[in-house]
Amino acid sequence: MNAREKEAYLREYSILKSQGKPFFPYSVAKDGLMAVVVMASIIGMSLLFGAELGPKADPTTTTYTPRPEWYFFFLFEVLRVIKPPSLTPLASIGVPTICMILLFLLPFYDRGPERRPERRPIAMAAGLFTIAAMAFLTYEGAIAGSPNQVDMEAPAAVAAAGGETLRQWESGKQVVAQSGCLACHKIGHNGGVLGPDLTEIGSAASRASLARVLVNPTQPMPEYSALSESKRDDLVEFLAQLKTGSH
Amino acid sequence: MANLRPPLPRALRPKPKGPSEDNGHAPTGAREAVAEKGISAVDWVDERTSLSGGARWLMFRKIPRGTNWFYTLGSATLFAFLAQAVTGVILAMYYDPSATRAYESVRYITNEVFLGEFVRGMHKWGSTVMVILVFLHMGRTFFYGAYKYPRELNWVIGVVLLLLTLFMSFTGYLLPFDQRSFWATTVGVAINGTGPLVGPYLNDFLRAGPEFGTTTLARFYALHMLVLPGAIAAMIGAHLYLVARLGTTAPPWIKTDIDPELRKEDA
Repeated sequence: MNAREKEAYLREYSILKSQGKPFFPYSVAKDGLMAVVVMASIIGMSLLFGAELGPKADPTTTTYTPRPEWYFFFLFEVLRVIKPPSLTPLASIGVPTICMILLFLLPFYDRGPERRPERRPIAMAAGLFTIAAMAFLTYEGAIAGSPNQVDMEAPAAVAAAGGETLRQWESGKQVVAQSGCLACHKIGHNGGVLGPDLTEIGSAASRASLARVLVNPTQPMPEYSALSESKRDDLVEFLAQLKTGSH
Repeated sequence: MANLRPPLPRALRPKPKGPSEDNGHAPTGAREAVAEKGISAVDWVDERTSLSGGARWLMFRKIPRGTNWFYTLGSATLFAFLAQAVTGVILAMYYDPSATRAYESVRYITNEVFLGEFVRGMHKWGSTVMVILVFLHMGRTFFYGAYKYPRELNWVIGVVLLLLTLFMSFTGYLLPFDQRSFWATTVGVAINGTGPLVGPYLNDFLRAGPEFGTTTLARFYALHMLVLPGAIAAMIGAHLYLVARLGTTAPPWIKTDIDPELRKEDA
């Protein structure tokens, strides 16, 4: 906006303002009614949904479901879909930081005098796209299912072998799901980014070393010695089958 | 020479007579006496603070014509913040920010304290309502182009308030110290830690030690109930001052309907 446009706006605005009504009581009445609606929604939601309290926090637990508050789902989803570990910092901090900087500086790069939505096509498109993207990511994050779920078909070799091998695969997969491994580790498309990616761990580690890590892990991984012998065997067998190119 | 003295301060000048005194009969009834006392009390405060000018400036400033219900979203957000403050103070009376007792105190609030679960529910769902209102208010500002000259600075303050609100939600999520909040926050802090340069330091600062524990909880509690609300209150103050100073925008499609002849003369 140049000085002329600024002056034109300020003149126009002062006329509109002089034609308006005083803040008290007109706006105050509207705001008050809105405050009643806000209070009613808060009280209604509290009565309807209550305040659920889960089991006590237990740092040594092996089954937990880290879920953020729903309005952070979009952030979780960004983290979930950007898979390569080298890009993780970009997903977790890079993208939100860039978006925040763009949001902060909005009035400094969108300096045109035009305010009518229908005459600001670029701003409107960007705004609507942002809303749609956030709604989409929130929805995807909401239906991403429990983070305790492994969406992976048995590799061809395991499926072909059938019998005991297939049973151990399925059972091991279930143990992974119940033990909360995915809170930190990624297996296929599921899981977190804190620990090493286990998608191809079978090619990198032997059954013996996998079993050793479960009982005697490096910090901060919790110890899994409480698992029964058979469950641990199934788990090791499942992990050992996660070979490069097997899925 | 007496005329050269500075004029009598306004507060000490004789007051003009009220309409009833003009008519010759002084106020006699109880109602008039009470009204008189009230006026003189307000006068007493005003003589010492000069607040009446500011109050008049704030309350009787004109709002441009054409403003609609979308303009109530900002005050609704403020109201949600105030509701969070009140329910938060009530919760703080019972809450104990130590790793060993935090969960027990929240369980006590939920199950034992009179209306405890109700107040905790209001605080929990109030945060959702506040976040939604912040985003709606921001959407209104964006689509109406209300962040443009001369209100750029107020937009920046608003984005700071959005960030503070999200930090508020993040720090509050840990406080019940149940499984859900513990592990979500563990992961959340770890995500901060993956950030470039400051990430690990931020991680250490939030955790207040090598592991999640009492110090972490105490730190989150202090941030959640002292630092962040203080910052939000200060920012809201600045935000509202600028709103009152610059005036709320008119909807962008509202145009002045002054006589075109006058415009012609102006050019």
